Amino acid sequence: MARLKIDGVSKRYGEVVAIREVTLDVADGELVVLLGPSGCGKTTTLRVVAGFAEPSSGSVTLGGRDITALPPWKRNTGLVFQNYALFPHLTVAENVAFGLEMRKVEAAEAARRIGEVLRLVRLEPLAARLPRQLSGGQQQRVALARALVFHPDVLLLDEPLSNLDAKLRQDVRVEIRELQRTLALTTVMVTHDQEEALTMADRLVVMHDGEVRQVGTQQDLYERPKDRFVASFVGRSSFIEGEIVAPGRFRSAGGLMLAITAAPGGPATLALRPERLLIAPPPAAVDNNLPGVVEFVSYLGATVDLHVRLSAQERVVVEVPNRAGSQVPRVGEAVEVGWLADNGIVFAGAGP
Amino acid sequence: MAGIGSGRRAGRLALKAAAGVALAYILTPLVFVTWLAFFRQEIPSFPPEGYSLRWFEAIWGNDRFVSGFLLSLELAVIATSIGLLLGLPAALCLARFGFRGHELMSSLLLLPLVVPGIVLGIALYVFHVEAEIATGLPLVGSLGGLIGGHVLIVIPWTVRLVSASLAGLDRSIEEAAQSLGADRLTTFRRVTLPAIRPGVVAAALFGFVTSFGNLEMSLFLVGPGRTTLPIAIIQYLEWKIDPTIAAVSVVQIALIAAAMLVTDHYVKLSRIL
Repeated sequence: MARLKIDGVSKRYGEVVAIREVTLDVADGELVVLLGPSGCGKTTTLRVVAGFAEPSSGSVTLGGRDITALPPWKRNTGLVFQNYALFPHLTVAENVAFGLEMRKVEAAEAARRIGEVLRLVRLEPLAARLPRQLSGGQQQRVALARALVFHPDVLLLDEPLSNLDAKLRQDVRVEIRELQRTLALTTVMVTHDQEEALTMADRLVVMHDGEVRQVGTQQDLYERPKDRFVASFVGRSSFIEGEIVAPGRFRSAGGLMLAITAAPGGPATLALRPERLLIAPPPAAVDNNLPGVVEFVSYLGATVDLHVRLSAQERVVVEVPNRAGSQVPRVGEAVEVGWLADNGIVFAGAGP
Repeated sequence: MAGIGSGRRAGRLALKAAAGVALAYILTPLVFVTWLAFFRQEIPSFPPEGYSLRWFEAIWGNDRFVSGFLLSLELAVIATSIGLLLGLPAALCLARFGFRGHELMSSLLLLPLVVPGIVLGIALYVFHVEAEIATGLPLVGSLGGLIGGHVLIVIPWTVRLVSASLAGLDRSIEEAAQSLGADRLTTFRRVTLPAIRPGVVAAALFGFVTSFGNLEMSLFLVGPGRTTLPIAIIQYLEWKIDPTIAAVSVVQIALIAAAMLVTDHYVKLSRIL
């Protein structure tokens, strides 16, 4: 395994810019997740590392070796495809053997490593099966074994869980993460699923419109999102547009005066996390306390979402825990919504 | 609900009946030719006076049929091989690369399929004559010229069938092979070719059948002492009408049916056609 450096990589297809100036440093043994909606450039970034997309500018270094100009077959990257891309005419063992054959690994050694990796992914009894005789989860593990057996310098996972059903996805998530930790694999994973990203990553890279918006740990992204996009993509946020009229004072477009943490004046957007908002809080415990009307209730089991209108132009989502015996407000009911100034995240500039 | 169920059943029955009629329409001539081949009398007439295998024996006694059969076989094998060697890379280029004239190229490669055989034959004949005059090379009625013509009618089949299976190929398995360390040639040999094998086999089969049965174009390309089986049959018919022809046809039908069955054993033809 090795350190991966992506340095100022851009990729243009004619007039269209797929990724712009992407820079990323993945430490040895680290799992970094590229997170973003479809079309954000995360898959292109992965394909640049794998060698299937040639960067228009910038460079890719793997273990101190500049691989920017190398074809895919000389890069020693282990790639797991979204649809697994197993060779349909080869058995599980033959699929896994492919990378070793290409590296002319001697037969006895190859057999030992194939056995080892199949044991690791618990597929030994199925070694003689063809891919079409396997379930989705098993195929996924074959793809993983095939990408690991030749000891790649970096493991690349392209939406590896998106073709599995929800229940299985949770297990495989943990499995992949444990395997990655045990083998100390330098790993880059691409996903659009924030829950998947949050549970698996050492660090996350949020991408949007071909650019890296923010790089950081789960806490960094959730507590200190750099912009409105990150605040809406990682976790949920209600946004209130307005203006900072004095230090610590924010006036919303709908005329609400709100206490915020210090920020430079001018137009701004206030982002509020649903679980940081409180219904009917003790007035002394919050900096903002506003009357509102419940407009929509969404019962989710462990929690209940209340959509509360605070003014003609502002509506926030409040997530309340569904405790035993607690009375959940009904639609049309008047409630008070409060929060600490610290819990409001302020972005300078007008809304989108 | 019962009304919908019975309506659906009636629909399915009608569909089966239509398929049955079409099948009978296709099979009737084959059944009659096969039946005729076993008649004892020389002039085909109904009802048969008795049955015998004498017409099949007559084939082996007829030099023109035997040599025609051998030539047609040789021609079909060579033309199909060359057709595949040319059609496979052509299909790959069409599937993989966008370039100027892509559509035109694709249509041109299928053209020999739609040009009537007679037209094709005349065109090639005139071309051979002109080329022979210009270069002095013996082209008219040569084996090379005949093979060239047959390659022409095999190519549309190879291009079309290989293209069809390439279109259904999951490109990511090729990328998987490359990321595992296989260069382009190895990827083609180890992954692409096995994946499109059914299409290649079907292309070979259809190319073979097309070449083996071709009459119209070959009429203009054969030379003295060089006669394909379909031409030998036509020539025989000019002098005689006896069940030998039916027997020859039966042998041809059996040969092609056998080729299809063998092919089907390796790749399911129903999955390609």
